[in-house]
Amino acid sequence: MGVDIVVLVLGVVLVIAVAAYAIRVRPRRAAGVEEAGREEPARARPGPEGLGARVRALFAGGAPGDAEWAGLEELLVRADVGPATATRIVKEVRERFAPGDDPRALIAEELVAILGRDHGLELPSDRLAVILVVGVNGSGKTTTIGKLAARLAAEGRTVSLAGGDTFRAAASEQLEVWAARAGAHLVAQERGADPAAVAFDAVTSAIARGVDVLIVDTAGRLHTRTPLMDELRKVRRVLEKAGGRPDEVLLVLDATTGQNGIAQAAAFAEAVEVTGVALTKLDGTAKGGIVLAVRERLGVPVKLIGTGEGIGDLETFDPHAFAERILGG
Amino acid sequence: MFDTLTGRLNAVFKKLRSRGKLHPKQVEAALADMRTALLEADVAVEVAEDLLERVRTRALSEEVMRSLTPAQQVVKVVRDELTATMGGTQAAFTLPSARPAVVMVAGVQGSGKTTACAKLARMVKEKGKHPLLVAADLQRPAAIEQLVTLGREIGVPVVSDGRDPVKVARSALKQAGREGLDVVIVDTAGRLHVDDEMMREARRVKEALRPHHVLMACDAMTGQDAVVQARAFMREVDTTGFVLTKIDGDARGGAALSITAVTGRPVFFVGTGEKLSDLEPFYPDRMASRILGMGDVLSLIDRAQEAMDQDRAREAAERMLKAQFTLEDFLVQMREMRKLGPIEELLAMLPGVPGGRSALKELAGGVDQAQLTRAEAIICSMTPEERRNPAIIGGSRRLRIARGSGTTTADVNALLKEFEAARKMMRTMMAGRGGRRPPRLPGMPTIPGTG
Repeated sequence: MGVDIVVLVLGVVLVIAVAAYAIRVRPRRAAGVEEAGREEPARARPGPEGLGARVRALFAGGAPGDAEWAGLEELLVRADVGPATATRIVKEVRERFAPGDDPRALIAEELVAILGRDHGLELPSDRLAVILVVGVNGSGKTTTIGKLAARLAAEGRTVSLAGGDTFRAAASEQLEVWAARAGAHLVAQERGADPAAVAFDAVTSAIARGVDVLIVDTAGRLHTRTPLMDELRKVRRVLEKAGGRPDEVLLVLDATTGQNGIAQAAAFAEAVEVTGVALTKLDGTAKGGIVLAVRERLGVPVKLIGTGEGIGDLETFDPHAFAERILGG
Repeated sequence: MFDTLTGRLNAVFKKLRSRGKLHPKQVEAALADMRTALLEADVAVEVAEDLLERVRTRALSEEVMRSLTPAQQVVKVVRDELTATMGGTQAAFTLPSARPAVVMVAGVQGSGKTTACAKLARMVKEKGKHPLLVAADLQRPAAIEQLVTLGREIGVPVVSDGRDPVKVARSALKQAGREGLDVVIVDTAGRLHVDDEMMREARRVKEALRPHHVLMACDAMTGQDAVVQARAFMREVDTTGFVLTKIDGDARGGAALSITAVTGRPVFFVGTGEKLSDLEPFYPDRMASRILGMGDVLSLIDRAQEAMDQDRAREAAERMLKAQFTLEDFLVQMREMRKLGPIEELLAMLPGVPGGRSALKELAGGVDQAQLTRAEAIICSMTPEERRNPAIIGGSRRLRIARGSGTTTADVNALLKEFEAARKMMRTMMAGRGGRRPPRLPGMPTIPGTG
């Protein structure tokens, strides 16, 4: 029996009761009050564009001082690296700094060191390779799968796709279009079917057809939804039972994601042993700096990046280019 | 991090207490902490700095400096500023009586436009109007099918007539006019704000539609890029407001502050789940608490009022407050609580305790839905007499209960022991309060509107 269920339930109910009591006693602020005193929008400030250049200019004058280092830190924060990680990186680099060094190059080095060397997908060639793709809603799982299938097919492998998103309307239709574009075979069932059953069928059929790679799509789910995370665990278990133990479990992470990316990655890693991140939507202005914290705290490397909606817009992650992009401004 | 914000500020201010007055240096230290906290919550750098500038002025005022509880005062000032920046009060989403009223929904890829359109259509329909959904996303594979499926679920017609979004928009307006439909909701393709061609297309669609509202869907998990996106859409399609999506996760949602601060436009709705009924109004004060890690008790109460059997819950709660509750009451409470949603989600809405993570949240680590189910099974296997008076449960009754609920006697014991402990705790908490006023929980935020 788990601990303190009683306390937990009572606590939740009590908080509701107390708050409801407080509200009954003092009526809530009248709704529909005129929006007087509405704040003016914050005045425009220089955006992140050109910040890199500004930082370079700051350093051009000789030994960097507090303002210069703070500028570098802000650059990292604007790239979604997060204040804690940004502060630590700048502090460490500052300690190492010797007159004559290029602080920007030192930071870039540090970023590359955190991200690790290039990590490609590690797929076996002597048996069926299985890639499980997971992530929150709207991160770009299906599009990434489409592009990945096309890429693997172009390398001469036969690819099969499993339509494990049985929840969202028209998800398998979307995957079907990608399967056709990539020349891959699709295993799907009707909406509402058990995703684990789809996964099982897909492995069985992939083995029977002698396919090289099976990519399993899953429904987008917020990492805080326990039943949905359990469903994902089951998909993984069933894949293993069917003889299709995932060789790669890719977490698809939207580059525009802020600090919540850490919580996402932690939850998915715990549930299905994520082996790598596919960072999507890098063709916008977002820098995707959250992957630094993900790499540091969870040890999960970035493997792929998505740079557009075209079928060829998927690249192997290059830490150097990524670091340059973060500092490029 | 945010759970400890008040705690850390307390530490900052503690030193000054001995000297009796707040020193500006301490305020600076507090503001630095606050900055980190806001950035951790994904508030845009520039927005955080503007906000802190305003806070600095107010925090250095006599009122705060001389306060006995400067930490709370400063947090309150910050929360007030956050709330004000997000519009202060809930912005009402009104549609003109024009026929048809037109709403265009735009945003970047994956922000939740299509789902938001369907949820909005459902809400409008509930109010007795006749919406028409328009699928103008001709980019993403199967986007039209997705909207058609959702439309079927809520009984709203969906059209997509044409090979070009502008034509689709024009033809939909004509159809709405012909069929006397009064609200037209247009889903558009996801587009990155840097894609000039697509942004121009959005503008053309807008010019063809002449919409009364242009809503931008914004993912609550968005980081620093939120302001860049919001500005770009504002410039191109003159956004009238936002739908903040995927707020049912555990993101602090600083993006809500960022986008309203840089555009001056309000968030009208929040998407709170995957069901099409999961669309709720946006309350700036609640969001401010959430950004500061103070929980969202008000939303929880709203939900409680919708889902719970009010009378039964109140009755049981009152007995609970008097420490007279029985296992029977506990069973009622547990069932009512489960109607509110997954336990993790409820806990995420509760405030944190200063100086540490919420005690309840820590408990949640060891408790899951399955254990609640087991506890329920155990109580259900008891006789009414046993539920009222657990003292009579001896060895053979225990064995019967364990068998009946498919658990072990150890499980039954644990539950009984825990229940007794909780009852004792209640009694202690209520001692000296005469059982009339509810106890003040650590970390309970001041309810907005109560002072």
